[in-house]
Amino acid sequence: MENGYQNGRGETGSFKLKAGLAQMLKGGVIMDVVTPEHARIAEEAGAVAVMALERVPADIRVQGGVARMSDPGLIKEIIAAVTIPVMAKCRIGHFVEAQILEALGVDYIDESEVLTPADEQYHVNKHPFKVPFVCGCRNLGEALRRIGEGAAMIRTKGEAGTGDVVEAVRHARTVLGDIRRLQTMPDEELMSYAKEIGAPYHLVVQTKEMGRLPVVNFAAGGIATPADAALMMQLGVDGVFVGSGIFKSSDPASRARAIVQATTHYNNPQILAEVSEGLGVPMTGINVDSLIPAERLAARGW
Amino acid sequence: MKIGVLALQGAFIEHIAMLHRLGVEVVEVRLPEHLDGLDGLIIPGGESTTIGKLAEMYGLMEPLRAFAAAHPVWGTCAGMIFMAKEIGLSQPLLGLMDIVVERNAFGRQVDSFTTHVTITGLDAPFPALFIRAPRLIEARNGAQIIARLADGTAVAAQENGWLVTSFHPELTNDPRLHQYFLSLVKQGQNV
Repeated sequence: MENGYQNGRGETGSFKLKAGLAQMLKGGVIMDVVTPEHARIAEEAGAVAVMALERVPADIRVQGGVARMSDPGLIKEIIAAVTIPVMAKCRIGHFVEAQILEALGVDYIDESEVLTPADEQYHVNKHPFKVPFVCGCRNLGEALRRIGEGAAMIRTKGEAGTGDVVEAVRHARTVLGDIRRLQTMPDEELMSYAKEIGAPYHLVVQTKEMGRLPVVNFAAGGIATPADAALMMQLGVDGVFVGSGIFKSSDPASRARAIVQATTHYNNPQILAEVSEGLGVPMTGINVDSLIPAERLAARGW
Repeated sequence: MKIGVLALQGAFIEHIAMLHRLGVEVVEVRLPEHLDGLDGLIIPGGESTTIGKLAEMYGLMEPLRAFAAAHPVWGTCAGMIFMAKEIGLSQPLLGLMDIVVERNAFGRQVDSFTTHVTITGLDAPFPALFIRAPRLIEARNGAQIIARLADGTAVAAQENGWLVTSFHPELTNDPRLHQYFLSLVKQGQNV
């Protein structure tokens, strides 16, 4: 779906441009930051983008309460601090927060389950926006529903703010496994499969043809070490988000740099061993099994 | 013919897919030894700060400069920034071409755009995606501007075997710029 926006130089806000920025982020690490100083540390470490937040997911868990879009002033300060793309989160279904983020000039909006959902039935219709959206998923149906709504990038949900990679692995394996199974299906089965997983038929067909999601697919939610990042890359994602894992560790700059290197050299165990050494204490973390259902952020989204 | 694609970060798979379509053998370059035996190199779009820092960490800066002195190299978007001598910001640069480049010259992502660009040497306008793209402020000495937008903004340049484009031919289905780069390799430019 094209919007037909023009800016005097050419067409803007097309799906190709939205998805294209995500293609430029591939093989990279997107880091959660809560201050301009964090953003500069992330850029210096080699982050491909930063996610501007008031609280990292680990603190949202501890402090509780309603988690909303960040203060525009903070987002503007972070935009001014770095040359790399700046992302920010809006609540699921909160299209006005999304409009505000677009007006601020953020480069990507994460319609995120980490914030408290604003709508328990509907996600944002992302097509009319000029700014691209990234959305979380746990399986192929959820990924294709979000793409159907206009998401130009997908990430696994994992379980944010835990430092436990197990859910990110589960979701990546589920999505990638679903795609592998889809590729073995004869075409006459695709409509029923689309119905079964609640996905738009044309995106099911396209995913089968491409042998991958039609947009870039990152891992997120629980990545805390260089080895975690490389694990997700070897499983087959295009890049990683690291939320609380960097700035909740004892030496954020070194850990950030190491995770960047591990994401590039994910297939080189020698380099992974070198960069994993002497990084100090990782974030303490929470075992996902210890969470009660209400504490599981990944269940948010429909 | 064997072409390397710098695979530290960014849209390297799209370049590789286009080169495969053109029947070319491709090598992913992440470490200095991967440059051995290559006839040319493409530096893809991505984040130029990330690519520069990873190149520095893995001792690629001097090997890349030495390679470029004797082979064709093409930089798209971040690759163009990385090949420039001057960008007015402090980040690792190869400093190959005598060009002045401005990063994010058209604004933020909402200002990213597509248009058709007339390029010297190509028969018809080229479909170009500008994604948080840089522009050329100046090309000096041997570097020649080979494409401008309607408003005169310079978006591609060439200096013998070195080619830079602000935009992303690897995101289109149009192979003409890849074919043009391969012709520079065949001619033995810079060799």
